[in-house]
Amino acid sequence: MVVRALRDEGVKYIYGYPGGALLHVYDALFQQEDVQHVLVRHEQAATHMADAYARATGKAGVALVTSGPGATNAITGIATAYMDSIPMVVITGQVMSYLIGEDAFQETDMLGISRPIVKHNFSVTRAEDIPEIIKKAFHIAESGRPGPVVVDIPKDMTAPTERFPYEYPKSVKLRSYSPVTKGHSGQIKKAVDMLLGAKRPIIYSGGGIIMGDASAELIELAQLLNFPVTNTLMGLGGYPGTDRQFVGMLGMHGSYEANMTMHHSDLVLAIGARFDDRVTNATDKFCPTARIVHVDIDPASISKTIQADVPIVGPAKVVLEEMIQLVKASKKQPDAEAIASWWKQIDEWRSRHGGHYRTDDSELMKPQQVIEMLSKVTNGDAYVCSDVGQHQMFAAQYYKFNKPNRWINSGGLGTMGFGFPAAMGVKMNFPNEEVVCVTGEGSIQMNIQELSTCSQYNIPVKIICLNNQSLGMVRQWQDMNYEARHSHSYMDSLPDFKKLVEAYGHVGMKVEKYSDLENAMREAFAMKDRLVFMDIMVDPFEHVYPMQVPRGAMRDMWLSKTERT
Amino acid sequence: MRHIISVLMENEPGALSRVVGLFSQRNFNIESLTVAPTEDATLSRLTVTTIGDDRVIEQITKQLNKLIDVVKVVDLTEGEHIERELMMIKLKASGQMRAEIKRTADIFRGQIIDVTPTTYTVQMIGSSEKLDAFITSLGAASIMEVVRSGVSGIARGEKVLSL
Ligand SMILES: Cc1cc2nc3c(=O)[nH]c(=O)nc-3n(C[C@H](O)[C@H](O)[C@H](O)COP(=O)(O)OP(=O)(O)OC[C@H]3O[C@@H](n4cnc5c(N)ncnc54)[C@H](O)[C@@H]3O)c2cc1C
Ligand SMILES: Cc1ncc(C[n+]2csc(CCOP(=O)(O)OP(=O)(O)O)c2C)c(N)n1
Ligand SMILES: [Mg+2]
Repeated sequence: MVVRALRDEGVKYIYGYPGGALLHVYDALFQQEDVQHVLVRHEQAATHMADAYARATGKAGVALVTSGPGATNAITGIATAYMDSIPMVVITGQVMSYLIGEDAFQETDMLGISRPIVKHNFSVTRAEDIPEIIKKAFHIAESGRPGPVVVDIPKDMTAPTERFPYEYPKSVKLRSYSPVTKGHSGQIKKAVDMLLGAKRPIIYSGGGIIMGDASAELIELAQLLNFPVTNTLMGLGGYPGTDRQFVGMLGMHGSYEANMTMHHSDLVLAIGARFDDRVTNATDKFCPTARIVHVDIDPASISKTIQADVPIVGPAKVVLEEMIQLVKASKKQPDAEAIASWWKQIDEWRSRHGGHYRTDDSELMKPQQVIEMLSKVTNGDAYVCSDVGQHQMFAAQYYKFNKPNRWINSGGLGTMGFGFPAAMGVKMNFPNEEVVCVTGEGSIQMNIQELSTCSQYNIPVKIICLNNQSLGMVRQWQDMNYEARHSHSYMDSLPDFKKLVEAYGHVGMKVEKYSDLENAMREAFAMKDRLVFMDIMVDPFEHVYPMQVPRGAMRDMWLSKTERT
Repeated sequence: MRHIISVLMENEPGALSRVVGLFSQRNFNIESLTVAPTEDATLSRLTVTTIGDDRVIEQITKQLNKLIDVVKVVDLTEGEHIERELMMIKLKASGQMRAEIKRTADIFRGQIIDVTPTTYTVQMIGSSEKLDAFITSLGAASIMEVVRSGVSGIARGEKVLSL
């Protein structure tokens, strides 16, 4: 029943790991071919694969894990999806229903453990409810503000003694759940009026544009108005990275021009972004002269950390469409002169500090150079799945994303170990696209066992490991705030990654000189059907800049080890 | 400020734990909490009293509304409403204290619902403030045990919280 429901939902791949509580389900999987199961080497990887599929397509990915340790291994992956509002359905096995609560073998209270990190969870108490519950799980995961949903299924529910007619519902209705489908027209009018009157505006967009499939509408509105656009870490690709109106990412490691533009603006149009603390810096100093229009599908995101002047609850795509119509129909024109002088100011900021790093004072390869090379070699078109650390920030800053859904990373939870399984999940579903995992020598070791899964299913991702021989992001904070006391932030006794991946049957490369980088990278990408691990030795002392000064305003930044705004 | 928030939710296992979990997860405070089924057996009604500034209360109601099992949420303190709480209080009652306690209970319209030679148990219904006032006014009497139900509330007039 579980497998049939998944098939009828149109699921092609599920990622999982078997165990006692799931034996009936695995037996059903064995006897059909519609739903293909991918056997991972650790349940966390299964959840990240499902999650990344969702990030790339907007549709819920599916993971299948057994009770007890299988379920708890999935927790990090569920929390990762939850923090970034990613649709996912995680099916967890459970002990026999009559054993629940007795500390039975491999029993954990998965409903209780997962409760704070799911959009919703279900427990099956009657076998005949399975199709409807699975339908509801997908509906809840994918609609409104997306999120992970757990379905906990006791073993006896998957082998009922009676037979039931099976029917997969076409749609479901829940009386207590009806996400908004449209924004409030009066509020939208008011917002458009403010947009047209603004002299120093900026559009600040986030993950809601990516998951809400609203990139085209965002581009149209921004270009219609000639407003600058900044993206959050989760929103990259929502607006083309190489376009003149794009001022870069904002926030803690945002660009100088993005943070300056935000700070000095008189109007912030926030869409599908949640004013995270990594974005706002100190909330009491945030954008002191700006009025805020906030569009979000989740009313709880609005005025949570920053009070909105015009709140609009609705899907970004629909609200933007309405805004575009209103702007086009309006007699009022944007103040071209004010906008032109605003651009002059922004361009001046851009030329002063835009995207510079030093290459001259050291022989070592800079991580930024590697990402720029990657962007060049892949024409800015690859799916880039990142791990967490300095390499993630360099990838966000220096890879120019021109399309949505191609920058895949863990922003809210910051889960090291996410990048590699994420790349696998994307590659399986887009076999003809370039899929890259950008990682560090620390992060990659958190799910390195998946090299084995890649051999089994032939998943030829490219792994770009920026090897700085340290937990660079931690080390940077220690340099800046703890007088360079590097407590446990170095990586002693690293493996020989080249030999390691070769042992799994893949191709390994080690690159130590910048002059070798381009050729090596081109060679790696030419091997279309091989997994290639590029172990690239980079400057271990490099820091990520800009970096906002703690408890400061948006504009308060370190621009290098010695310069401050 | 103190708010009384009424929640109509699916009468299902797990629903209550979602609400309670939300409060601890998001660092919201709970002063009291009551829950029981309604006339419609598929729904239960939960009343929570909490303290917070406007921003916190706004987040509480928004976050409650987001829970899939929650059907409706209303902050009763935003409008005219009635609140009631039930208290049972067991007191040492001997000698002249017996008359004293009885008199005070009468003033507060409490009822003595259990009597032994040495104790009285008084039942009292009213706003939380009134119950607090009763406890204070008992003065010298020695309290053995206090059980309070937590606040239930309902809006005045035509307004109802229903499907
Ligand atoms: C090491 C590290 C450093 C970081 N540094 C930065 C940094 O410098 N800058 C930065 O920006 N981030 C940074 N982050 C990420 C940060 O922690 C947050 O994850 C990120 O800022 C949140 O992005 P967002 O606001 O786009 O929200 P998301 O988490 O993407 O949330 C999306 C929002 O959109 C809404 N939404 C969803 N669907 C729709 C729809 N269809 N229509 C309308 N709204 C919708 C949701 O309700 C939600 O409010 C960093 C993370 C790490 C790990
Ligand atoms: C699972 C997990 N544990 C710890 C952290 C804290 N943390 C954030 S970045 C980082 C260092 C990452 O090192 P590496 O992967 O080598 O990347 P680098 O910063 O060196 O580029 C650590 C330990 C985390 N984000 N995730
Ligand atoms: Mg490192």
